[in-house]
Amino acid sequence: MSETALHAGAAHHEALQHHFTSLDQQRAASSLGMWVFIAQEVLFFGGLFATYTVYRHAYPEAFSAGSHHLSWKIGFFNTLVLIGSSLTMALGVYSAAIGKKNRVVGFILATILLGSVFLGVKYFEYGEKIRPCLGDGPHTGCLVPGANFDAASLHLKGADAGHVQIYFSLYFAMTGLHALHMIIGVPILLTIAYFSWQGRYGPEYHTPVELVGLYWHFVDIVWIFLFPLLYLIGSHA
Amino acid sequence: MTSPSQTQTLPADHYLKSGWDLKSWLLTTDHKRIGLMYLVSITLMFAIGSLYAGVVRWNLLVPTGQISAEAYNKAFTAHGVVMVFFFLIPSIPATLGNFLIPLMIGAKDLAFPRINLLSWYIYVIGAALTMWALLTGGLETGWTFYTPYSTVFAESNVAVAAVGIFIAGFSSILTGLNFIVTIHKMRAPGLTWFRLPLFVWAHYATSIIQVLGTPVVAITILLVALERLFHFGFFDPNRGGDPILFQHLFWFYSHPAVYIMILPSMGVISEIVTCFSRKRIFGYSFIAMSSLAIAVIGFLVWAHHMFVTGLSVYSAMVFSALTYLVAVPSAIKTFNWTATLFRGSVQWDTPMIYVFCFIGLFLIGGLTGLFLGNLGTDVHLTDTYFVVAHFHYIMVGGAIMGYLGGLHFWWPKITGRKYVESWGKVSSLLVFVGFNLTFFPQFVLGYLGMPRRYWSYPEEFQILNVLSTAGATILGFGYIFPFSYLTHSVFRGEPAGDNPWGAKGLEWTTQSPPKTHNFDEVPVVDEEPYDYASAPKESVRV
Repeated sequence: MSETALHAGAAHHEALQHHFTSLDQQRAASSLGMWVFIAQEVLFFGGLFATYTVYRHAYPEAFSAGSHHLSWKIGFFNTLVLIGSSLTMALGVYSAAIGKKNRVVGFILATILLGSVFLGVKYFEYGEKIRPCLGDGPHTGCLVPGANFDAASLHLKGADAGHVQIYFSLYFAMTGLHALHMIIGVPILLTIAYFSWQGRYGPEYHTPVELVGLYWHFVDIVWIFLFPLLYLIGSHA
Repeated sequence: MTSPSQTQTLPADHYLKSGWDLKSWLLTTDHKRIGLMYLVSITLMFAIGSLYAGVVRWNLLVPTGQISAEAYNKAFTAHGVVMVFFFLIPSIPATLGNFLIPLMIGAKDLAFPRINLLSWYIYVIGAALTMWALLTGGLETGWTFYTPYSTVFAESNVAVAAVGIFIAGFSSILTGLNFIVTIHKMRAPGLTWFRLPLFVWAHYATSIIQVLGTPVVAITILLVALERLFHFGFFDPNRGGDPILFQHLFWFYSHPAVYIMILPSMGVISEIVTCFSRKRIFGYSFIAMSSLAIAVIGFLVWAHHMFVTGLSVYSAMVFSALTYLVAVPSAIKTFNWTATLFRGSVQWDTPMIYVFCFIGLFLIGGLTGLFLGNLGTDVHLTDTYFVVAHFHYIMVGGAIMGYLGGLHFWWPKITGRKYVESWGKVSSLLVFVGFNLTFFPQFVLGYLGMPRRYWSYPEEFQILNVLSTAGATILGFGYIFPFSYLTHSVFRGEPAGDNPWGAKGLEWTTQSPPKTHNFDEVPVVDEEPYDYASAPKESVRV
């Protein structure tokens, strides 16, 4: 049987795709692919960071005033949650590398849990700003840019209300894009957890766990930049 | 290699025979089949874009226009959007690049075959959405989506079209990502970086731009859609937003995007010119490195599209100098191709005729670019037909000549069959004559002051506009003709044999059409690239 002949070569692993000559080549290709993807992501977020830089340079008072209306305590809590999820993710990758299947599943589930806590807090933060904008009547406290934006409820300290709208546009665009990346990450993590539980990954092949780890850490790093740029620039006295 | 005297037959087993039913195509992960699926899709989009161009040229036959000004705005916008995003950007990489890169480097497939298929689906979804936007309500912003017109005043389908282009961008990113990884990790033993075909080098440089540039325009165009839908205000002067910021972000990608279109074409030219000169290409490493230089410097010249926006004089000077600098690597390539011809035994086969078309037209397009990179002359020429003529000399005279040349050169490899050579020659002549007649008068029109995107013009410009429209008609036949005889050859063409041109490169060592897995054994490379000195003096002819 040709199948027997194939398995006779010890190098042949069931995860090896036909167009690669070895598992090493396949792993190197996949990992380079992920890094190139992350480079693409940096430029994707980069457009928004460039926009942020331009407008913060132009309107520093408005950014300070806008930032004053975010809770740095909630932002800090979320930062800790996200750093914690990076830790559990890293431990998950390590467990896969040493072949501890159950620990991989546990750590990935913990990562998902922490990610969900982050998204839940974000939902609360968004809701606070969006809810007053809905429906008829006075939109007191509405912080969504546009016709209903309630500049009167803000402590503008002399900043232009239009400029503060741009700050909040950036807040929603940047944290929104970040949150979208986390939302996409969750089902991928679930899939990886399921495959781990099935026993697909071991010390010699666990590339998908590594790659999802890279992605998750990247998304965390974006937040590490977003938190100070959005939450910590005004005086919070 | 089979001997020339033998009658050729098609091989018994090849990639096209792995199934003809729809499922075998729609679920394929074979880079060759995906390349063909892209070829069919972009040909369709090219036909649509050409029809819109026809509407534009027809309207300009008479000074007062033949259709309404609004319809005219929608026609030239549709022409630009379809041609740039759905034909030129995917053109060579997604078809020839997809088909050839694994064959050229001795691999069985691209590194990520399923991502390759995914990129095609993303392209189709993006194209369908954009076409839907164009056909129901249309788009009149020009392909550049300039704010605040696109964000505030335009009443057409801007948001839907923007989302369509946003989606299609990821198809380009994934193709680039796949190529970078494939070229790094999948080369056959012995195939060092400086033994790579220049086609592969050109695609490597292109991929870098695709991966690093496309996400920026993606987020920018998404911001336009968000501004329309949710009133974000990034580009709204009423709230302190800056419409010019859009232009910076847009051209940061869209200038390098020109190199996405032209670099693969330059790669094709490098392959053909050396084959039909029967001589090793002159200055291999200079051509390879100039591709990378174009990719890098190309990212630093974007503001030359914005010299009249009130850019500071000092930054304009820097961008002008960098613009001159980016012309240097292109010139290096042109000199090297010319030097390759020198003392070569030049053969005038169809692909080679396209090479000569390319070199001449690209030269004109490149040199007129210097007029526009110059701060003084640019003020006079900005937004005139001079600009239109200039970039068509690059995008049509350059990119499409390379595309057609490459398609003819590798057609025997792709289909296993030959097209009728004399038809190829006639059509290349039609394309050359039609192209020049269409666009050369536009240089004059622009210099005389006819603005681009205008629906009507003073009567003294009519003669030049009529010439241009006449040229476009000839050019149209120049495109229909190869479409017919190439399609015909798929069914009726003579079998071509493995290497009908006597060309060098791993793709010619396989059978035509290749097997699904390309090579029976992993090839080992032990010779320098383009070693035509050791090849027969004349190409092998049947």
